[in-house]
Amino acid sequence: MSHPHEPPKDTGPAPLHGLLAEYTTPAEIIAASRKVRDAGFSRWDTYTPFPVHGIDKAMGIRMTILPWIVLGAGLTGLTTAILLQWWTNSYDYPWLISGKPMWSIPANVPIMFELTVLFSGLTALIAMLVLNNLPFPSHPLDSVRRFARSTDDHFFLFVEAADPKFDEAATKALLDSTHPHAIESVLEDRSTPDTLPTGIIYVLVILTVASAVPFALAAKARYTLSRTPRIHIIQDMDAQPKYKAQRGNPVFPDGRATRIAEAETVAVGELHEDDHFFRGKDGDNWARTFPPGFRADELAMQRGQERFGIYCTPCHGFGGEGNGMVSKRAEELAQGTWTPPTNLTEARIRNMAVGELFNTITNGVRNMPPYGPQIPTSDRWAIILYLRALERGHSATVADLEPAERTGL
Amino acid sequence: MAAISDVNPFVTPPTGDNAFARITDNVARIAETERPPRAWYIAFAAALVMLTFFLGSITWAVWNGIGTWGNMMPVAWGFPIVNFVFWIGIGHAGTLISAILFLLRQSWRTAINRFAEAMTIFAVICAGVFPGIHIGRPWLPYYMMPIPNQMDMWPQFRSPLEWDIFAVSTYATISIVFWYMGMIPDFATFRDRATTFWRRLAYGVVAMGWRGSSRQWHRYERAYLLLAALATPLVLSVHSVVSFDFATAQLPGWHTTLFPTYFVAGAIFGGFAMVVTLAVPARQFFGLKRIITIKHLELMNKVLIATGLMVGYAYGMEFFVAWYSDDSYEGFTFVNRAFGQYAWAYWTMITCNVLSPQLHWFKKIRTSPMATLLIGMVINVGMWFERFVIICTSLARDFLPSSWGYFVPTPFDYMTLGGSFGLFFTLFLLFCRYLPMVAISEVKAFHPAAHAHPEHH
Repeated sequence: MSHPHEPPKDTGPAPLHGLLAEYTTPAEIIAASRKVRDAGFSRWDTYTPFPVHGIDKAMGIRMTILPWIVLGAGLTGLTTAILLQWWTNSYDYPWLISGKPMWSIPANVPIMFELTVLFSGLTALIAMLVLNNLPFPSHPLDSVRRFARSTDDHFFLFVEAADPKFDEAATKALLDSTHPHAIESVLEDRSTPDTLPTGIIYVLVILTVASAVPFALAAKARYTLSRTPRIHIIQDMDAQPKYKAQRGNPVFPDGRATRIAEAETVAVGELHEDDHFFRGKDGDNWARTFPPGFRADELAMQRGQERFGIYCTPCHGFGGEGNGMVSKRAEELAQGTWTPPTNLTEARIRNMAVGELFNTITNGVRNMPPYGPQIPTSDRWAIILYLRALERGHSATVADLEPAERTGL
Repeated sequence: MAAISDVNPFVTPPTGDNAFARITDNVARIAETERPPRAWYIAFAAALVMLTFFLGSITWAVWNGIGTWGNMMPVAWGFPIVNFVFWIGIGHAGTLISAILFLLRQSWRTAINRFAEAMTIFAVICAGVFPGIHIGRPWLPYYMMPIPNQMDMWPQFRSPLEWDIFAVSTYATISIVFWYMGMIPDFATFRDRATTFWRRLAYGVVAMGWRGSSRQWHRYERAYLLLAALATPLVLSVHSVVSFDFATAQLPGWHTTLFPTYFVAGAIFGGFAMVVTLAVPARQFFGLKRIITIKHLELMNKVLIATGLMVGYAYGMEFFVAWYSDDSYEGFTFVNRAFGQYAWAYWTMITCNVLSPQLHWFKKIRTSPMATLLIGMVINVGMWFERFVIICTSLARDFLPSSWGYFVPTPFDYMTLGGSFGLFFTLFLLFCRYLPMVAISEVKAFHPAAHAHPEHH
């Protein structure tokens, strides 16, 4: 099978590719380079195992543009870092972190620096390779046996036959005058095809296309809608092996996760057999006195004032006159559905049994919700104690004052 | 064991009829030999066992959660961050030797720069593992990257932890670029010496068709110089950024402007200690005594004295600032550091880092490979304890006495720490076996034979 690009092999001897001279010391190759440079050749090069000091000048190599490319890359990195940080943290998703400014230079300097270095460093490598024509899979001189020493200990100078100044005899004489270790005529390489083997090209094309597939899938997922939840490989705490209230649980005969108390049973500490204290009852009537277990002292009064302030004032107001913020607002809206809260200082409430007041707080009345679940029992009694003080304040007469206080009026 | 040579194959002098050929042979034969010395097999087996422990303990931690470690409030950072800072510090000597000594025209660096760079990369790999597993849910590290995600949120760029991501990954990338670019001409040497098809193919692919043309060398040297110039500030920035993780916190003992310089000096100190620890056995077993000479060891030991003194100065200055600031929390932290529950760790650190390098003032000690190796290892221990002391003493005794505690590592902590050395040495031993251990072309360029100019001299 013959490759389409492969030239036919039976066209006689291959033409001359160039002349290769071999030297054993750096000094010799520098001297030879000067001669070839001064002879005006343009298509020639030297091959050395390490960078020989001074050969750039001896060969007349001009300064590479590589540093300018790297400078460009560095500035690109800097700009990228500035735009990235500004766009993400102060424009696309403005993010206030402990009162720091949304955008300020100092906090963003480290990443500006890192990206500048990253872009420049990668570009230095890539630019070096591209400017040097690398990767370069097959070199015409690879077939020359002695040339393998160019990466070991010898120094080579090669003049291409394609150079306009090249003349086989004259150039050979010029190289001879530089006292080389050896001179070899290199013929054109006719056995290595000019292109990569088809198999490798196919593999490269397939790999290139395949590498775009994940990005294409990500892009598709981003711009289409789906009714199925996304695939969650790592479940984290999505599924937790526990039963929640109102859900089923096959362990119990009734199939419910919620466990309710068995009939005729009482949980520890939940018996509440003191009718007076827990329900405000004295026999069949509402109790007219505070329960014996409740200590009506200064502490209870303060507690009651505080709780009254938290739970009662929104509707009943600080003075208990039924003019709290919620009530005022509801009357302002005038929707017609509002039952105004009771004025707690009126005679009906003043004369109401404390047991009935207790029951009202506990279970609610009309549109007042039950507060039993929110306010502990003794706090409800404390609130009533404070309420009694409020009422007294509202209905006080001169007769209520001490004789000494009366004189000050 | 008959297959493995009992005699070190590298004790014979390298072959070649000139200085350049002998340098090539001295380095290339290490990768070309059929059987490396027995010490390599023993070391590699030990490294693989440790690596197995590393992977096993990490798998266990990922499977069960990081409660397998001793990290617990108040010391939530514990071993993972101690190990991270330790390894990233080790990873500083390579680029320092490659870049800063290159810019300073210190030609002795050529003997050690290649494997110091390799050491850097392997240390950064070890370091990179720890933040990854310490985040608790190691399958979500991409949250730290500025990637558009389903939450439409971005990383917070005003946080030193985010700077860390950029600094460490940039450092890893640039170190690999620097290392790889330095190896291209040496890969070409390996390719041209290859005797089998597969060797020629493998080294040929990585050498990318490098032919050592002077026009190529011209651009190569320019690119190398630029990389060195870029890597120099980079190496200083990386540990500075790592120190910001601590310095921007308000914890006494961390919240100090001294940290960036102190961390960088410590990193160079610890990194050089690791270089000598590796250089002494490497030159012994791989027959590199002609390239890595006693003079090189002596120069590195002098760097150890200098950086050891800098670190000692920083330790002293911390105490001075704690006293001079008249801040009672800061003062308490440092008295507690030296005389509290972690006093044993503190004085281990002082002995290893400040006192042991002083032995190098004696010429007999700093020119002895055995003493160099031992002191290098002692300093490595000390540098690990330095990070332990910084992290644990400050966290265990913070502002709230009610939350004070004591860090107790679990067996998995020790396995992960020991195992990280397994990862490091596995990679390093593979590097010794298959890659050019010494920068062949650079050593040649600084050989006296490379400087005989007919008309200039």
